[in-house]
Amino acid sequence: MAAGRFLPNEGIVPLSDVPQLAVSELRQCVLADIDDGARLVALFGCPSNATLRLFAVLAHQYLGQLSVASTKVTGSYPALTPECPEAHLFEREIYEQWGVEPTGHPWLKPVRFESRRKWEGARPHAANQSAVCGEIDFFQVEGEEVHEVAVGPVHAGVIEPGHFRFQCHGETVQHLEISLGYQHRGIEDAVVRDSGKRTLHYMETLAGDTTIGHTTAYCRNVEALTGTDLSARAEAIRGIALELERMANHIGDLGALAGDIGFLPTLSYCGRIRGDLLNLTALLCGNRFGRSLIHPGGVNYDVDEEIAEIMRERLQSIWRDAKSAVDLLWRSSSVLARFEGVGALDSDTAQAIGLVGVAARACGLPRDVRQSFPYGIYKKAHIPMAIGQNGDVMARALVRWQEIEHSTAFVLDQLDSLPSGSPSVRIGKFPQESHLAVSLVEGWRGEICHVALTRQADHYQGYKVIDPSFHNWFGLALALRNQQISDFPLCNKSFNLSYCGHDL
Amino acid sequence: MIEILKARAKQGYRTMSYPNGPAPEMPTRFVGKAVLHPGTCSADCQACVDACPTDAITVKDGSPFLDLGRCVFCRKCQYACPSGSISFSRDFQMAEATREGLILHPGDVASAPLPNLDIKKLFGRSLKLRQVSAGGCNACEADTNVLGTIAWDLGRFGIQFVASPRHADGLLVTGPVTANMELALRKTYAAVSYPKLVIAVGACALSGGLFASHDETHKGVTDILPVDLFIPGCPPHPSTILDGLLQLIGRI
Repeated sequence: MAAGRFLPNEGIVPLSDVPQLAVSELRQCVLADIDDGARLVALFGCPSNATLRLFAVLAHQYLGQLSVASTKVTGSYPALTPECPEAHLFEREIYEQWGVEPTGHPWLKPVRFESRRKWEGARPHAANQSAVCGEIDFFQVEGEEVHEVAVGPVHAGVIEPGHFRFQCHGETVQHLEISLGYQHRGIEDAVVRDSGKRTLHYMETLAGDTTIGHTTAYCRNVEALTGTDLSARAEAIRGIALELERMANHIGDLGALAGDIGFLPTLSYCGRIRGDLLNLTALLCGNRFGRSLIHPGGVNYDVDEEIAEIMRERLQSIWRDAKSAVDLLWRSSSVLARFEGVGALDSDTAQAIGLVGVAARACGLPRDVRQSFPYGIYKKAHIPMAIGQNGDVMARALVRWQEIEHSTAFVLDQLDSLPSGSPSVRIGKFPQESHLAVSLVEGWRGEICHVALTRQADHYQGYKVIDPSFHNWFGLALALRNQQISDFPLCNKSFNLSYCGHDL
Repeated sequence: MIEILKARAKQGYRTMSYPNGPAPEMPTRFVGKAVLHPGTCSADCQACVDACPTDAITVKDGSPFLDLGRCVFCRKCQYACPSGSISFSRDFQMAEATREGLILHPGDVASAPLPNLDIKKLFGRSLKLRQVSAGGCNACEADTNVLGTIAWDLGRFGIQFVASPRHADGLLVTGPVTANMELALRKTYAAVSYPKLVIAVGACALSGGLFASHDETHKGVTDILPVDLFIPGCPPHPSTILDGLLQLIGRI
């Protein structure tokens, strides 16, 4: 970005040094950078008296750098979305939260049905916006034999709530619109409101299945702001925990994919194996989801030789069981017939809508924070990137399986060569001046981005969390086009996105 | 087919014997039910109260009282306490039939069993539940879901999660109940026929947990529905959930 300020992953910059451009300049530089292959990782507002300061954070993959720029807007500004589809949800969010309208946005519907945030420039919701979650003017297809199917918010299974509205012609889905917000708990706002003893716990529950991913992203911001250097041991233990989280979720997903096509052996085995992996995290810190493991400055629990040995043994046995369970999938023609070609997204679409994580890699896009913007342990120990090619359910399943394989090797390797040192160090002091900090972490679903804007010391004036699901839900909607409606559970599971991570 | 059979033989039989056999062993670092030591607090000390992220602790007459319904089991109180008045055991059995029962008094040892003969008579052999996540972070949901896997095999107790509230005898609710889910939760409850049960799982569902002070959420399920069983944890271990369910239907 010509006019943006470059910074590395987990870099910080004084807020006064973040370039403040005219709206037209910001638009131009975002569009030019995206043309050059950059990606929009965050676009959000933070009030400054009666104006809203918009921040754009871009990831320049081939430079291994991020860049940040800002502009000030009141009432409205010309939307980026018509020229830059990956901005679409960010701009809807800006409108919903702050009431600043991105004019020319083609689809300015609610994101989470949250009430407008309180700030000096606030104006009330437009009359046409419903306060009832899920009540929107759904896109409708008309014509003979066209019908509409509504699913959710309470839908089958032990699963979080969301609403799915299908426009079908016979069995074929012509359009799917996803309306979320049911899980909105107001965490971003709360972090700003009461910076304090709850913050770390909020991070642990942003998406409970991604406790390690989100807490890592938060802690790295705090550590960058306070100039705290972690011990190599803490970095390694965090890496182990993150990869265990990835493996547990991926193996669970492979089992659930098998379940959605009625292939019960793999479903049964993987469900149990997932539990075994969660138990490894519990071995580490007592909790199956990694609660209380990570804190700013390191980790609360060390891996002693005894735990390392138990973990090594159990992981080897888990790997054998997982291989036997998952190999059944690839050897069964009935499974392949149901996975291949279903829910496919092409790489151009994936690129245009800013897909991240497993779903992006399955489309052939090499997007993995661990490789492109390495941090912590990933600066030293490289994990190969698993890339698929067809963007279908099969590709997403294969990417998951390859990642389980890579993560197993990584964890075993780390356990064999744990560096010495203290698992935790005292953090330094927050700078008095306002700063912006960005950290990216590759969670099991994909890129997690946390942007912290400090007011003074450890008080925040803004805290932005972008869960990978925020980028990817739209990908699921597009993947369903021209698919059988009965394939929705399968496609949904192949993305396995977070509802609360989106709704926060 | 032969590969499937081979894999079946290799994977073995994995369902735990509990409750007929021993309970699954908790991890050594597991944080279970708190143990409070009466009369050990130093005068005017509020260290645990100040450290607790969910206001779960009060100090009265030199003793701490801990509300398991709010506790997120982070041990911050234990670390903050200068006099060792609070510690955490590895006891996973924490479910209670009343909200008041979740408040631990100093010197408490074992939890009282859950007495409800009506529930045992009605649902002791078959209990179908509809799960509703109302702002849950997917941790409680995940560890509820895990009870359906072969390791736990909830089906052997006649307990099953069903897709429709119309097929259910009750709801198992997670999350603090967000404002955005309130209507859906009420409608789902209304769709379950009488007699019906409500089971609240996790600190959020029990008290609002971390989100108790948020405008965007309620303070747990009791704000909306009558609750028959409270299962504490953040999230509760599957053993804690299973224990609660089995006590509820009189199986243990």
